Amino acid sequence: MVGICGYGAYIPRNRIKVEEIAKVWGTDAQSYKKGLMLEEKSVPSPDQDTITMSVEASRKAVKRAGIDPRLIGAAYVGSESHPYAVKPSGTVLAEALGSTPECHTADFEFACKAGTEAMFVASQLVKSGAVKYALGVGADTSQGAPGDALEYSAAAGAAAYLFGADRDLVVAELVDTYAYMTDTPDFWRREHMFYPRHGGRFTGEQAYFRHIVSAGKGMMAKAKKKPSDFAYVVFHQPNGKFPLRAGKLLGFEERQITTGWLVNKLGNTYSGSSPLGLTAVLDVAKAGDLILVVPFGSGAGSDGFVFRATERLKSVQGLALKTRQMLDERKRYVDYGTYLKYRKMIIMNE
Amino acid sequence: MQPQRYWREIPQRYRLEAGLCRKCGKVFMPPRGVCDSCRSTDFEMVRLSDKGRIHTFTVIRIPPSGFGEQVPYVLAVVELDDGVRPLPMVSGGGTPAPETPGAVRLTMQVADCEPEDVRIGDPVRLEFRKINEVGKSGVICYGYKAVPA
Repeated sequence: MVGICGYGAYIPRNRIKVEEIAKVWGTDAQSYKKGLMLEEKSVPSPDQDTITMSVEASRKAVKRAGIDPRLIGAAYVGSESHPYAVKPSGTVLAEALGSTPECHTADFEFACKAGTEAMFVASQLVKSGAVKYALGVGADTSQGAPGDALEYSAAAGAAAYLFGADRDLVVAELVDTYAYMTDTPDFWRREHMFYPRHGGRFTGEQAYFRHIVSAGKGMMAKAKKKPSDFAYVVFHQPNGKFPLRAGKLLGFEERQITTGWLVNKLGNTYSGSSPLGLTAVLDVAKAGDLILVVPFGSGAGSDGFVFRATERLKSVQGLALKTRQMLDERKRYVDYGTYLKYRKMIIMNE
Repeated sequence: MQPQRYWREIPQRYRLEAGLCRKCGKVFMPPRGVCDSCRSTDFEMVRLSDKGRIHTFTVIRIPPSGFGEQVPYVLAVVELDDGVRPLPMVSGGGTPAPETPGAVRLTMQVADCEPEDVRIGDPVRLEFRKINEVGKSGVICYGYKAVPA
């Protein structure tokens, strides 16, 4: 039985409200709050990046799994904000966990789907028998150009999944996977450019919805499941509205979506988005619950994952801070000037 | 900081690996070759706890270069809670360590807090953070900072 043996989340404490951003650009905060269903987003501190958040989320995953970190044979980090252009994030992660030197590492990129790419490869390596345990992490300190609609949502967070095949350790069995991918230029960032660009409304129907709905249908057909079989479903969450509409198009009810729907208070954590949603579901799921996860990455593609929670899940849920605790407690609101300073968007002398 | 020096410090910076004197139980962070209490050279590598309390602190308002965006920030001596854990991967499981020794104290930044809210005795836990960057093109140096527990 291959599945998740441990999971962990990390969300920075800083938040900025939609009103604070709208005030600077003279836009109508209510239209963003209503139109995109966003209230606030997480902001990384100057001393946080994809690597630090990956380490914190992974430490929780290892703690929940309760394994010797030396047995982790592969560690993959998916992100579009790796701190180095050349030098892997995964080496720092594996070294901090104590999994080096017998550990395979690579960094993944696929816009918002890089984290689930890492999970996909990690789980399949375990399934093939190549490694005993493998770690897949999605983490981002997302970038949105100042004044762009993305600035209201681009947030920071990480989620880590430790896959293994030990029946006694699995907390969520990986039932099946699926992939649906086309070349669709809906969102991109060229080399040496600081901010990404996107195709505006083209990112909706032809990108997000086409891939999510196709992957959702494909996954359910492959696994011979229907929407009512699932206790929970998690979609990529670029804003509040898209995942709710995707759920409706696929025949899910809102109650199946809301547990893993974090975006209104978290923002879009890009590679961390659907992985973080899944951590919130695993924090409360019960043995036997079926969970569907359908991420989306611009460029563009969606994967499908079907998990089934096991009896062991309830015994590990309380071993580390839960996602909703990190999201709702001990928040620290920053103003727009502090946000710019933290995100290094103010031009400084050396 | 030179990458070579940073690389040498990785076991301490990333995994809080310290030297435990097998004879008298004193802990050294970073590890050293000779115990300054009993002069023993018999050490075991151990991992320090990631929880503790603020033993004392100061507030930095005039920072060294590279820390300007963080002022005012708290620099504290953190007393770690529950001593040390054996580290089989390094020691190879040799002689068992003596009873948990006296308090281990580390100097570090306290992140995610307002300086006026910090009090001696506050519980903290250690989080992996970026400590500093060597300019815009140098290595990024990681390590642990305390955050309110």
